[in-house]
Amino acid sequence: MNKEALIVSLKEIVKPYVRNDEGFANLTEETDFLNDLKINSANLVDVILDIETAYDIIIDNESMEKMLTVKAAMDIITSKLSEK
Amino acid sequence: MNRVVITGLGVAAPNGVGIADFTTAIKNGVSGVRYCKELEDLNFSCRIGGIPVVPEELKQQYLTPLQLKNFNSSGILYGCIAGTDAWKDAGLPINTTDTPDWDSGTVFGTAVSGVDKFREAIYKLDAGNVRTLGSTAVLQTMASGISAYLSGLLGLGNLVTTNSSACSTGTEAILMGFERIQAGKAKRMLVGGCSDHGPYLWGGFDALRVITYKHNDSPEKASRPMSATASGFVPGSGAGALLLESLSSAMERNAKIYGEVLGGAVNAGGQRGDGSMTAPNSMAVQRCIHNAIENAGINANEIDLINGHLTATVKDAAEVKNWTTALNRKGDNFPYIHSLKSMIGHCLGAAGAIESVAAVLGLKEGFIFPSINCEDVHPEIAALIATDKIPDKMIESDTLQTIAKASFGFGDVNACVIFRKYSA
Repeated sequence: MNKEALIVSLKEIVKPYVRNDEGFANLTEETDFLNDLKINSANLVDVILDIETAYDIIIDNESMEKMLTVKAAMDIITSKLSEK
Repeated sequence: MNRVVITGLGVAAPNGVGIADFTTAIKNGVSGVRYCKELEDLNFSCRIGGIPVVPEELKQQYLTPLQLKNFNSSGILYGCIAGTDAWKDAGLPINTTDTPDWDSGTVFGTAVSGVDKFREAIYKLDAGNVRTLGSTAVLQTMASGISAYLSGLLGLGNLVTTNSSACSTGTEAILMGFERIQAGKAKRMLVGGCSDHGPYLWGGFDALRVITYKHNDSPEKASRPMSATASGFVPGSGAGALLLESLSSAMERNAKIYGEVLGGAVNAGGQRGDGSMTAPNSMAVQRCIHNAIENAGINANEIDLINGHLTATVKDAAEVKNWTTALNRKGDNFPYIHSLKSMIGHCLGAAGAIESVAAVLGLKEGFIFPSINCEDVHPEIAALIATDKIPDKMIESDTLQTIAKASFGFGDVNACVIFRKYSA
């Protein structure tokens, strides 16, 4: 999956949890889930579960802790997909 | 001490969601008890129940799409509907600022809530998938889930808690909020109770054989409080909410006043004497009623109407006997008495709250709702009180002033509250 397509699909996944529409409209690789999108930290586990379902991957606890930005999420998804 | 009045009401009941529909239903004796296929599929003896009708669009008026994601706690849903409605009915704004409303709190009870969510979590957990429970398994199953949700919806900054005392929960919550305002610790308390629906909550009662299995083909006739053919209660669900407010705060806001909470009492029978885990100690019940009257500063003869606990079990006659003893009134001198459970079943942790909403509506509008399915009054009850004290049709009454509402619960716990029509 190319970068652009990955961002588009990630955007769709995080959408229900976003509490800052402006941050969402300007979402880039550098976007931080908590600070820019104001996602409730408890909801991060839901975002990760939704990512797992969407890409049919398992994200381990260590990777989960790093998944705080769009870029980190993309890296982890790409790496998990390549392991398949 | 502050006088405490009721300035808002909300309800999600099996026979009406929202105050307008509920009022019409209770005036007309409309039953909300229906056949439940799910219960039959699971081999329940009782295959009927009372479940509020809440379409998807209605849910979305109370909870956001994010809150409704993976949401599976019917009691919390009903509580959010009733609680939010009571708040708005009182003319209070939703707090959209960053500052909590320090003067407003909630005591919103439940006997059990979140059972469906808990079941869902247990299935995942037993399959070794604890990591997939998601973020809300705790919030939807914790005892205080309902008060936590309401606090978030409304921005409450005073006491936010959930009480739990089985079937007396709703009535107990009213008294806890009442006392807090009376003592000057809060100006407004959203009080009430909620209960889940469905087999995972009702199963234990089916196993106890305390719910009726004789009316699976005639659900509307099933709940028969005070009747000779009462054969057990009908399980119900939903929520009721009352916004209690200090009289001075209500006057300041020029709020509509539904009625006044004059006082009340809670106590327990200690599972001594004829009391047990599942049966009330009559001495304690009488004492609770007596204490409530005393606390309200009235005379037993001032009570115009009893909104009973009256579940439609063999215990109804004992309850009526306790009222006659506690009030020292019988026969034609006995007040009117009715049971909302005849229309909606026994809504467990929500029962006292929904029934109190009905009581307060009657006070405000001047009517006594009918106690349906009691055309054959139980002979032991007929021997105690004049049978025309049990209204089979609505009675319009502009003299209705004072109502005693009681609830009793497993664990041998009792609560009784006295409502009065407001007069300055």
